[in-house]
Amino acid sequence: MPHRIGLAAYDLSCQRGGRTVFDGLSFAVGPGEALLLSGPNGAGKTSLLRQIAGLLPLAAGRLSLDGASPDAELPELCHYVGHLNAVKTSFSVRENLAFWAEFLGPNDGSLDRALAAFGLAALAELPAGLLSAGQKRKLALSRLFTASRPIWLLDEPQVSLDAASLKLLDKALKDHLQGRGIALVASHTPLKTKFAHRLALGGKEPVA
Amino acid sequence: MMRAALALLLRDVKLAFREGGAIGVALGFYLVVVAITPLGLGPDLNLLSRIAPGMLWVALLLAALLSADRIFHNDYEDGALDVLITGPLPLPLVAAIKSLAHWLTTGVLLALIAPLLGLLLNLPLQAIPLLVLSMLAGTPAVSFVAAIGASLTLGLRRSGLLLALLVLPLYVPVLIFGVATASAAITGPASPWPPFMLLCALSLASIVLAPLAAAAALRNALR
Repeated sequence: MPHRIGLAAYDLSCQRGGRTVFDGLSFAVGPGEALLLSGPNGAGKTSLLRQIAGLLPLAAGRLSLDGASPDAELPELCHYVGHLNAVKTSFSVRENLAFWAEFLGPNDGSLDRALAAFGLAALAELPAGLLSAGQKRKLALSRLFTASRPIWLLDEPQVSLDAASLKLLDKALKDHLQGRGIALVASHTPLKTKFAHRLALGGKEPVA
Repeated sequence: MMRAALALLLRDVKLAFREGGAIGVALGFYLVVVAITPLGLGPDLNLLSRIAPGMLWVALLLAALLSADRIFHNDYEDGALDVLITGPLPLPLVAAIKSLAHWLTTGVLLALIAPLLGLLLNLPLQAIPLLVLSMLAGTPAVSFVAAIGASLTLGLRRSGLLLALLVLPLYVPVLIFGVATASAAITGPASPWPPFMLLCALSLASIVLAPLAAAAALRNALR
């Protein structure tokens, strides 16, 4: 079933340790659109994604959802793949994904599809502790397929991926956007995905 | 939501058994502390059986604290906590389920081996049922309150020691009523039930209140 949720931000501002990381940030992303976040280190790309995922408080401004049921909570509509992979090293690849599928719900994602999305099916029974950095990253990205959620928040998703996996990531993003999902991607290196919006953060000296 | 809660509980219990001997360390520590007590006190059997419930309770608290930083630390380190927050469960419920998993894998096990360790302290046989009962009733408070300490000390180095300093004073009521329940069968005519009821009340109150405090501390740690 295609998604039909849009996300808009009005005058967002973020403060970390008394310092204003960004303020007056507004954007709107409609169903099936992607937003590329760029900017120098420390410009607030990760902070913005964490604010949307509900991990950081908004210093000012608001986030609004279009087309969502009134009782929908924004974090529950988001898949957040941050710098850390959230991989349990003592679980097998399959157990890792099976837990997220059960936990994140609604249980309409398919475990086999999640295992196949980044080519981890052959490693399914391997303890995740034995995976390489790139494979762990792929395991983290496979989480996107364990539950169907309209908003993908990807923080530097390409880190340690090889060329073949980058193609899989591009394909995953393309399919997600075709299903009218939203993707917000923070990245320094270019992706093939067609981004409808670009948002450059930072650029000015941080306010002391 | 029930499904997510059950999945989280099963995962945490499974992780406790898989992830490098957290349970083994707690049980081993319990055994060692209890085993060296008679060596320090000498072979006075009357003295030993009088202090047995208290010793077993103190050692249990220390052993449970040893694994308490496990409640949130690993999920914080590997980023799983970030993803847990985007799940369908409110954060206090996540904290409650993780505390429950800690109780199942620590408190229950420690309470169940206590009678065995009681042999080393000449614990009278008639005291065993009340001792185990008091420990099963009191250890939920131990795990749930430990979760507050574990969430407050997230991200700190050597957090285990600070956690013990923060949390041990909070265990004083549990210790007093736990030992009062368990020693009623040994020392005397007083009924074990009034302290037992208070012990249950402490556990019930911690189950309700501690997850709220832990969730607030977790939010703070993630900032």
